[in-house]
Order: sequence, then structure tokens, then C-alpha cells
Amino acid sequence: MADIRRGGIRDNERVAGWLFVSPVVLVLGLFMLVPILMALWVSLTDWNGQGSPFQSGVPFAGLDNYTRLFTQDGLDRENFMISIRNNAYYVFAVVPLQTALALTLALVVNNRMLRGKSFFRTAFYFPSVTSSVAISVVFLFMFANSGAINAILGLFGINGPQWFADPRGVLHLALDTVGLLDTNAPPAALTGHSLLGLTWWDWTSGPSVAMCAIISLVVWTTSGTFMLMFLAALQNIPSQLDEAGLIDGATRWQRFRFITLPQLRPTLFLVLTLGLIGTWQVFDQIYVMSQGNPAKTTLTPAYLSYRTAFRDLDYGSGAAISFVLFLIIVVLTLLQRRALRERP
Amino acid sequence: MKRSRLVTAVAAALLLTTTACGSGFDDDQGATAQQSAGPADLQILIAASGDAESKAVTDATAKWASASGNKATVTPAQDIAQQLGQALAGSTPPDVFYVDAARFADYASVGALEPYADKISNIDDFYPNLRQAFTYDGKVYCAPKDTSTLALEINTDLWKKAGLTDADIPTTWDQLTAAAQKIKAKGIVPLAIGDTRDRIGAFLVQNGGWWTSADGKQPTADTPQNEAALTYVQGLLKGGLAQYPKQLDTGWGGEAFGKGKAAMVIEGNWIKGAMKADFPAVKYTVHELPAGPTGTKGTLSFTQCWGIAAKSKFKDQAIKFVEAMTSADQQLEFATAFGVMPSRQSASAQYTAKFPEDAPFVAGVAYGHGPVNAPKMDSVLADLDTGLQGLATATPKGVLQRFDKNAKTALGG
Repeated sequence: MADIRRGGIRDNERVAGWLFVSPVVLVLGLFMLVPILMALWVSLTDWNGQGSPFQSGVPFAGLDNYTRLFTQDGLDRENFMISIRNNAYYVFAVVPLQTALALTLALVVNNRMLRGKSFFRTAFYFPSVTSSVAISVVFLFMFANSGAINAILGLFGINGPQWFADPRGVLHLALDTVGLLDTNAPPAALTGHSLLGLTWWDWTSGPSVAMCAIISLVVWTTSGTFMLMFLAALQNIPSQLDEAGLIDGATRWQRFRFITLPQLRPTLFLVLTLGLIGTWQVFDQIYVMSQGNPAKTTLTPAYLSYRTAFRDLDYGSGAAISFVLFLIIVVLTLLQRRALRERP
Repeated sequence: MKRSRLVTAVAAALLLTTTACGSGFDDDQGATAQQSAGPADLQILIAASGDAESKAVTDATAKWASASGNKATVTPAQDIAQQLGQALAGSTPPDVFYVDAARFADYASVGALEPYADKISNIDDFYPNLRQAFTYDGKVYCAPKDTSTLALEINTDLWKKAGLTDADIPTTWDQLTAAAQKIKAKGIVPLAIGDTRDRIGAFLVQNGGWWTSADGKQPTADTPQNEAALTYVQGLLKGGLAQYPKQLDTGWGGEAFGKGKAAMVIEGNWIKGAMKADFPAVKYTVHELPAGPTGTKGTLSFTQCWGIAAKSKFKDQAIKFVEAMTSADQQLEFATAFGVMPSRQSASAQYTAKFPEDAPFVAGVAYGHGPVNAPKMDSVLADLDTGLQGLATATPKGVLQRFDKNAKTALGG
């Protein structure tokens, strides 16, 4: 007790601190950082999957695996760009829809007048705790050509599409219906010019009909989780604020728009960020439901990476795709953070 | 004090585990030490078509193991490509595993397979086109396990309903079109055909063409024969004479056929088991595929071989195991158990005697064409399938040219 500490009163605590975090640091380092660095190395090689990628004799490819995805005209680039297009449309559709739906559900459940609150809470959350593979299989049946969805559409006299066999993009279809374009004779201005190996006609297709089925599935399953987050945030908002607005004569919409929504900003950011990351990584639904078919319109970078590595035994390219995907997610998250920043 | 000692101990233990893991990366590059004497412990990975196959292989393996005094474990794979990929990357591949002819070149080209075929007795007894399917760089690598071929199945009731008789069974493309038109006139979908190269490719063979050259080094899709073949298939699709299973709301041709949604289907001999299990009441007959305009008969053959890992420790025992599994008697046993055809010509007569109704499938073995045998082609072939899915509206020449362009890059030509 009488020993004199050198280097200040906090000196010992630093060592203790490191000791306390060391299990986490080691576990994360061992199971996350090291494998990520190993994958980074693989993405720079032409490793063929035989033995360890760290032995001598594994051909070093430099940045070839990356440049092939962007600069070389070929199947690799085309597949990659198609997967980026598909996933971008998927993100554009899923993130706003699931956020809006989750917020609506949370507002419904948070309503003080609602009876059987816990029933609805459980019901809305239920899809999120069910295995995504099981739900995917159920949706496969629902969206079958003679399945429930088409039967319901049939009641209204609508002849439903062959969901999982239909590669037509909905944007093209919509423009065709309005009469702006003809999908059988696309305008030469779009088909004649291309960006990164895909024609503008291909870029502007919109999600395919098959992808729309997957989008509806994902919106339905994930909104439950995000509803819980919104619900927790809503319950944290003191009711006095709302009452104050009421006294000032604010309408229901004004109270929601100017009192509730600003209070939800951190949660909104969280939900949007998690949604963005999750949707760019979509894999299991694709793996179970479509494997990229029909006509590659449900191919996503995560699934393409898996297929390139484990089907084509081209581990370098597969790893490179996943690193590009990682960069896309990081950049988009940063952009989003900037856009949703609290303005002073 | 006690607590920090505990933390140190935990940290030290964790560090130790890390170093232990690290040692796994030191791979010896040289030949794997062989253990040819004493009992072996064989790991066998199979991609079974169903429970019947898993059971038959497991039983046969157990019999071999107890007779030869070795240990052998059969593992049915969920996803053999992925499991094998991981095992090969970890340098711990199973000793023996199924290799599909479509993936064979990928494994052979990276040196994962032991070229043991010349050590199997009477290797020339295997059908030549099956041996060809497992040849890479002029060397036969492994022994074909069994084979399946495509044929034309006809639903007896629907056939009669359309007013057709045995005399109308098509043997040429023209007859196929004629029969299909009569069936269509009765409001029945004439033909269900899978939307992949594994069904449509048969028409190329019938017209004397193929996707690649015989040695698998050059793409040869863009030829007048192939274009004519695809144009013929396109005509069937456009005219409503043939439909893809997905359009019929089914997973594969056999399902469409079994449900009576199509009067004819082009499927392989696996359809027998499926019909027996799922649609036992449906009566049907099997015929050889119609020949092309020049009278060339053509079908596709599918096969897997017993691959032995180049890194196996028990190659000698593994070869003996494969020898036992590919003997004519054992092949006939497998044929009875799960409906495949023997890959040995010497077993073929016995097989036909036992299953006379399979004669069209057996006949196809002689002239069937194996899958594209070249490495790094999987994504190119997947792209080709995408083209074929849209064949009804695409230009056949465009599909073929696209394949040639992609294949050329993949094959490094």
C-alpha cells in the first residue's frame, strides 16, 4: 500500500484497461481482422483454391482482379455491373419502403388508444424472428404462377405475371404502358451507348418483376425489427412535448412533423444505415429463391462473389468483388451520415 | 491481484491458440506422404441424388470396408461444390469424392485430382465418350461412376387424346413438329423442355454441332449447324409447341410432365424414379430423341466420376475402393437401387435385360455427348443459359456469338 507509483496515478489503469479489453480484442482480431486481411491478400492473387493461399508459388495478380471488374470488356465486368445495377434498384426500393413501413407500424403500436397492443407488437415483429430461408420458401409458393398472389390479382381481373420467371424491368414496363417507349424496340439512343459494359437501356431497366417479389419479401421481414427501434424511440419522447404542441393548437400532422420526427432523427439515421448496409449485402433470399435468375436480374454482388469464388473456383475475383462491395457500403454510409447530419 | 492473474492466464491461453492456428498455414508443397500399408481411413464425399443413392453407396462402402479391413466413411454433401472447395483450400480434401463431368476440368486443371484411371482394371471397358468426359490434357483422370442420358417421354393418355398413335412417334425434327402441332390443336401443351444447355444442347448434337471443339480448347458455337438447331428450338417455343417448365409453373420438365401439363418431355432416366414416386398413375413411354435433318442421332449424357484427391494419404486403398465400386456387378446393384445406367459396356447387356423399357436411354449412351469439358467455363455457361432462357425472343446467332466471345476469354484463346 505504501509503494510510490511512478508516471502518475493512472499508469496502472492503462495496463489493466488493456487486459480487460484483451479478450474482445483477441477474439475480434482473430475472427474478424485476420480473416479480412487474409481475404484482402487472396483478392490480390490468382489463388486456385488448392492448399493455403500463403505458400510460395501462389501467383500474385496485383490489382488485376479489381481492374477486370471495371476496365476490361468481358463477362466479369458485365456480370459485376449487372449485379450492381440490380442491387442499387433493390436498395432504392427496400430502404425507403421498409423505413416508412416500420415507422408507420411503430406509430400504430404506440397509439395510446390501440387495444391489444402486445398482440400487434408481436404480430408485426414475428416475420423478423422467423428464419429467412423458411420465409423465402413460403414466398416462393405465394408468388408461384398459380399461387396466392396471382389468385388474389385474378379476383380483380388482373392476369398476374410469372413472378420468378419474368426478367422484364418494371421501369421499362411502366414506360411501355404509358406509351413512352416500346420494350420490343428500345430507343437506339439508349441501346447504342453504354457505360461500363452495360447499355443505358440495361442500366435504366428498374428492378425486374422477379426482384420485386424479393423486395416485397424483404420489406415485410425486416420492418418488424426496425419497428421495435422506432417504438423504443417513440416511447422515449416525453408526452409533455406533444401536449405542449396540442396547447399551441398544432394539428396532428404538424405535431408529427415538427415534434415527433425531429426527436426520431438519431433512430432514423440508425434505421437507414442498418437498412443500407443490410440491403447491399442481400444474399440468403437470392440464394434460396432465385440464384440470380431470371436472366441475371436478381444477381447481387454478394451472391456473385460467392458464385465466383465457390462455383468458378476463382477466389481472387470473388474476394475482390466483396471488397468493392465493402467500399460501396462504406462510401454510401459516409454520404448518408453527411446528409443526415444535425445542422447547427 | 487474483483477478489480473486470471486475465493474464486467459490472455496467454488465447495467444497460445492463435499460434496453434498459425501452424496450419505451413503447407508442405511436396507429394503427400502415402500410407499404403495397414488399414486406411477413407473419407468419401458424395452428392447423392436422393436417399436411395446415399443408402446404396453407404451399404456398398461398408461391405467393401469390412471385406478389405479398412475404415471408410460416406458423407452425403449438401452442396458438394462448396464443401469440396473449402476442403481443397484447407488441404484436407476427402479421399474420394464425386466429380461431375461439368465441373471436372475445373478440378483437374488446378491439380486437385489424382489421374489414376490407368490403374483401374480394363479401363477401356468404360464407354469412350464417358472416358472423354474425364480426359484433361490427353489424360484420363478418373473412372466414370455411372451415366444418364436424355430421351423423349410421351404421356400415353394425352397422346391418344390428341388422336395420335404409335406410328406418329417422332423420329425426326419434322415429325416432332407435326406431332406437336396436332397436340396443340387439342389445347394441350405439346412439349416441355428445360431452359438450359443441358436439354437444348441435344438439338445441337442432332445437327452435328457443339459449343466447343472436341479438345475443349476452342469455342465453336457460331456455326450454321448450331444456328439452325437453335432456330428450330426457337420455332417450337414461338409456335407454342414447346414451353419451358417455369412457364408451366413447374420446377423442371418431369414435374410438368407428371402433372399432365405437357404431352411430351425431354428428360433423362432419372425421370423414372420421380414418376414412380410422385406420379405413379401417369402412363408414359420412352423413346430415343428425334434425329436432326441429316439423320444424325444425338442426345446428351451426364456422368460423374469417382475422383481421388491428389492430396489423399490413402491413394492405393482409394483406387481399390473405386475399383470395387465400378465393377460391373456393383454398377448393376447401384442401377437397381437408384436408377442410373452402368458406365461399363460389359454391364450394359445385363442392364438392358433387366430393364428392357430403358432401351432408349441405353441406346443414347453410345451417341450421347458429355458436358462442355473445359476449366473456368461455369460463368460462361451460366451466361449461355441466360441467353437460352430468352431464346424465344432473342436471335439465335446473337446467343451463339455471345457464347463464343465469352468462352474465348475464359479459355484464354
